[in-house]
Amino acid sequence: MSQNNPIESGPARDPHINFAYLDERTKRMIRRAILKAVAIPGYQVPFGSREMPLPYGWGTGGIQVTASIIGSTDVLKVIDQGSDDTVNAVNIRRFFQRTTGVEVTTDTTLASIIQTRHRIPETPLREGQVLVYQVPVPEPMQHLEPREQETRQLHALQEYGLMHVNLFEDLSHYGHISSTYDYPVLVNGRYIMSPSPIPKFDNPKMHLNPALQLFGAGREKRIYAVPPYTTVESLGFDDHPFEIQRWESACELCGSKESFLDEVLMDDQGKKMFVCSDSDYCSKRQVAP
Amino acid sequence: MSELDTTPPLMRVQGLSCAYGAKTVVRDISFDLWPGEVLAIVGESGSGKTTLLNTVAARHMPSAGHVYFDLRDHGLQEIYAMSEAQRRMLARTDWGFVHQHAAEGLRMNVSAGANVSERLMALGQRHYGQLRAQAIDWLERVEINPNRIDDRPDTFSGGMRQRLQIARNLITQPRLVFMDEPTSGLDVSVQAKLLDMMRTLTRQMNLAAIIVTHDLAVARLLAQRMMVMQNGQAVETGLTDQVLDDPQHPYTQLLVSSVLQP
Repeated sequence: MSQNNPIESGPARDPHINFAYLDERTKRMIRRAILKAVAIPGYQVPFGSREMPLPYGWGTGGIQVTASIIGSTDVLKVIDQGSDDTVNAVNIRRFFQRTTGVEVTTDTTLASIIQTRHRIPETPLREGQVLVYQVPVPEPMQHLEPREQETRQLHALQEYGLMHVNLFEDLSHYGHISSTYDYPVLVNGRYIMSPSPIPKFDNPKMHLNPALQLFGAGREKRIYAVPPYTTVESLGFDDHPFEIQRWESACELCGSKESFLDEVLMDDQGKKMFVCSDSDYCSKRQVAP
Repeated sequence: MSELDTTPPLMRVQGLSCAYGAKTVVRDISFDLWPGEVLAIVGESGSGKTTLLNTVAARHMPSAGHVYFDLRDHGLQEIYAMSEAQRRMLARTDWGFVHQHAAEGLRMNVSAGANVSERLMALGQRHYGQLRAQAIDWLERVEINPNRIDDRPDTFSGGMRQRLQIARNLITQPRLVFMDEPTSGLDVSVQAKLLDMMRTLTRQMNLAAIIVTHDLAVARLLAQRMMVMQNGQAVETGLTDQVLDDPQHPYTQLLVSSVLQP
């Protein structure tokens, strides 16, 4: 384990469980789906999602993707809402410690695989890293067109008028586009994709990112991908283009003005503070701003 | 060949049959439809009117026969020989489809404005201000108060929903619109208003229409030509006034004499 690593030692590798929990055939099946997903950026590839030892909605899709690509020399980082020490992140990290024995870290730069729920790290990713997203709803048009047969056809024929109907609605009701997370993107100029519920603040980070981005939806049994250096464009109108949110204040712990801030309530009197959602980024800046 | 034959028809239907499994519901139908012409298909429930409409509108595969449409740049083309992408493109640009129940043709959970401009967005228009201006223009043309633009269609009355559906279809300036019982379920005064509006719009836009109806009054008001169907066959076709005033086939005679005179 690397120095300045705040992770307490996790469980030891359990020799009675196959490496990364899944059996080898399942891992091959998932890898094939991943290869197809990488070959067709943004396209949702169906796969035989397995029953995992935790409930749907806790990241079963992301875990299966991670389990099928992880090797014994990988270094794993798991985040939930940007933080390494929230329940979901801690449990997934312990799961992989127990089933693989790989090295784990909280340091974005040291990790080779980063599994994430709802954030992209503030520290820029580099070539060779893999970012694995946990996806609850892979279909970006689902709430407008509930029939999956129909949405697949719309993707196939590139009929994406529906996506703008959604943005149009926002504009006519609020005067601005009110979606702030899971903001739809156009990948490689072809497929409209749900970026998973990351804040739209993170959308620009997906564009031409040097890391491989994989998305796993366990309940919906879909895998999709954005290969390194792929264009990812957030939808918008000519007169109301895509914009990310900005904060009045800076992070009160590290002073960052560029990062995504969480509003934290401090007491029952409504006192609040804004802090970075990315805990690794924030703590590193506190040591050396 | 006469002068008229040199311009191609907008739509040509040849020997069209349609079956659900072993049961044939539409048998050997042929007709030509010319630009700006309104054709009414009348007949009792179960006579195959709606199936015929769905088949010529590329929504249901025929079991035999051909449907040709005059594409703007390629002339008469068999629609079932086109790729699915072309067919759907055609259906949302040069065609319109007005459903009997507005809920099938509208998105009930998004605003009227978004409903009307959906087709334009599907064609790639990305300027919100312009989209909204066009939506307002079309709401006015179908006599819906533009201040209802942000209301959802489930707050609209039946007649307004039907007019909204028409606006949503006509915004791309189609040349042909299919209508399946557009006035049924509306009370008579609302029907009259809707028919009047449709008559104005078809004239203004030189819009051809195929209207399925069981209401002979609708046919009389809107259609230049009509086709009477019974058991999946066209038993009589001709000019509307001719068919209604001087019916030849026994079934048409029965149909015409069944209308209540107030």
